[in-house]
Amino acid sequence: MKRTVPMMIAMIGGIIMMIQYFIPHQVSQDVFNYYTEWAPLVGSFALVLGVGSLTRVHIHKIRAKAPNWPYSYAVLIPLYLIPVFAFFLPASIGGGTGKPSVFDFMYSRVQIPIQATMFSMLAFYIASAAFRAFRAKSALATILLVTAIIVMLAQVPIGDLFGRWLPDTGLWILRFPNLAAKRAIELGVGFGMLATCLKIIFGVERGWLGGAGE
Amino acid sequence: MYETIGLWVAAILTLAVFSFLYKENPLYRFAEHVVVGSSLGYTIVITYQRVLYPRLVEPVFLHGESLVLIVPAMLGLLYVTRFFPRIAWLSRYPMAFLLGMGMGMAFPYDMQAYILRQIQATLIPLYTPGAPWYNTLGAVVIVLGTLAGLIYFFFSKPHKGPFFGFGSKVGIWIIMIGFGATFGFTVMGRISLLIGRVQFLLSDWLGLLH
Repeated sequence: MKRTVPMMIAMIGGIIMMIQYFIPHQVSQDVFNYYTEWAPLVGSFALVLGVGSLTRVHIHKIRAKAPNWPYSYAVLIPLYLIPVFAFFLPASIGGGTGKPSVFDFMYSRVQIPIQATMFSMLAFYIASAAFRAFRAKSALATILLVTAIIVMLAQVPIGDLFGRWLPDTGLWILRFPNLAAKRAIELGVGFGMLATCLKIIFGVERGWLGGAGE
Repeated sequence: MYETIGLWVAAILTLAVFSFLYKENPLYRFAEHVVVGSSLGYTIVITYQRVLYPRLVEPVFLHGESLVLIVPAMLGLLYVTRFFPRIAWLSRYPMAFLLGMGMGMAFPYDMQAYILRQIQATLIPLYTPGAPWYNTLGAVVIVLGTLAGLIYFFFSKPHKGPFFGFGSKVGIWIIMIGFGATFGFTVMGRISLLIGRVQFLLSDWLGLLH
């Protein structure tokens, strides 16, 4: 009941969904439609689990006065304030409909600037990591370094100063050798995904059952 | 007024995150925690507006139709049992439904997208009359490069001999070129984001650039 039934559900459901693809019949289409309609609904409830876990962790930190506990308020306040503003106080900041709501304000003036700045900061860390990793110690590291430099210079106006050959070479690298490498990796990923699908459906891979009791 | 407050809030938070470049500090930690909370808060709102309201609340509770949708809702609610150790095993049921059926549905589509289409796109003519030499060279690189890359990832045979040994060597060269190109592309993306943030600070906030 605790492990076998969920594994049976996964196996029977998986086999049914695999078979329905190959049988163009109204019943199999209905099965497909039901699943695509139900799956987002079932999955959305997992959010309750995520919000509950995060809340529990931070409330525990606040209660225990764990190191850096005041920052837990910085997590919990926007976490609950944003839905409150979206659902219960959807009015715009200036009143009426001319100005964005507090929810829009929180998104465009708080979340986007922080996320964009965090991603932009990676430019510095990538550059410093590249300096350490790309020192042309071997032929392979040299290829990586040269390719990266060509592709980068090919995308900025300064690349044209070296001649038309540089942007053309950058484009050629992206169109052909880069595509070959990506395709080899994607084929490997594809075989891995198919193997994982089969392993989960037939109960070989059981990690998803988690540790919620035997 | 709204614009001015918004500009200042965004600018202070931008500077708070950039302050990490000097060293970790309370301002950065505050911004880091805020983004975790606000991202999840935003996800709650979007999930309700895009999934729960149109697929459950509106049809079932407002219009009293499609009562069968209560079944997936009950199934989804079983996730919450994870918080109660004695009945936590019930949370495996929605996971079994999503994973099992999802994997079954994904299998033929993954086979098509990741295997068949990739092989089809690789099996191209090496020489096309009238095509420039660099395109012909590119076609050769795609066919042999993909094959060599696959040989490199094939670990069931030792990488020795003229086929596996030479093939895997060419494979790692091609993969390194691919990684270099990806790296260059990623760096350019990040730098354009950095330029965007600096432009925001200098132009929108301080008004130094026009």
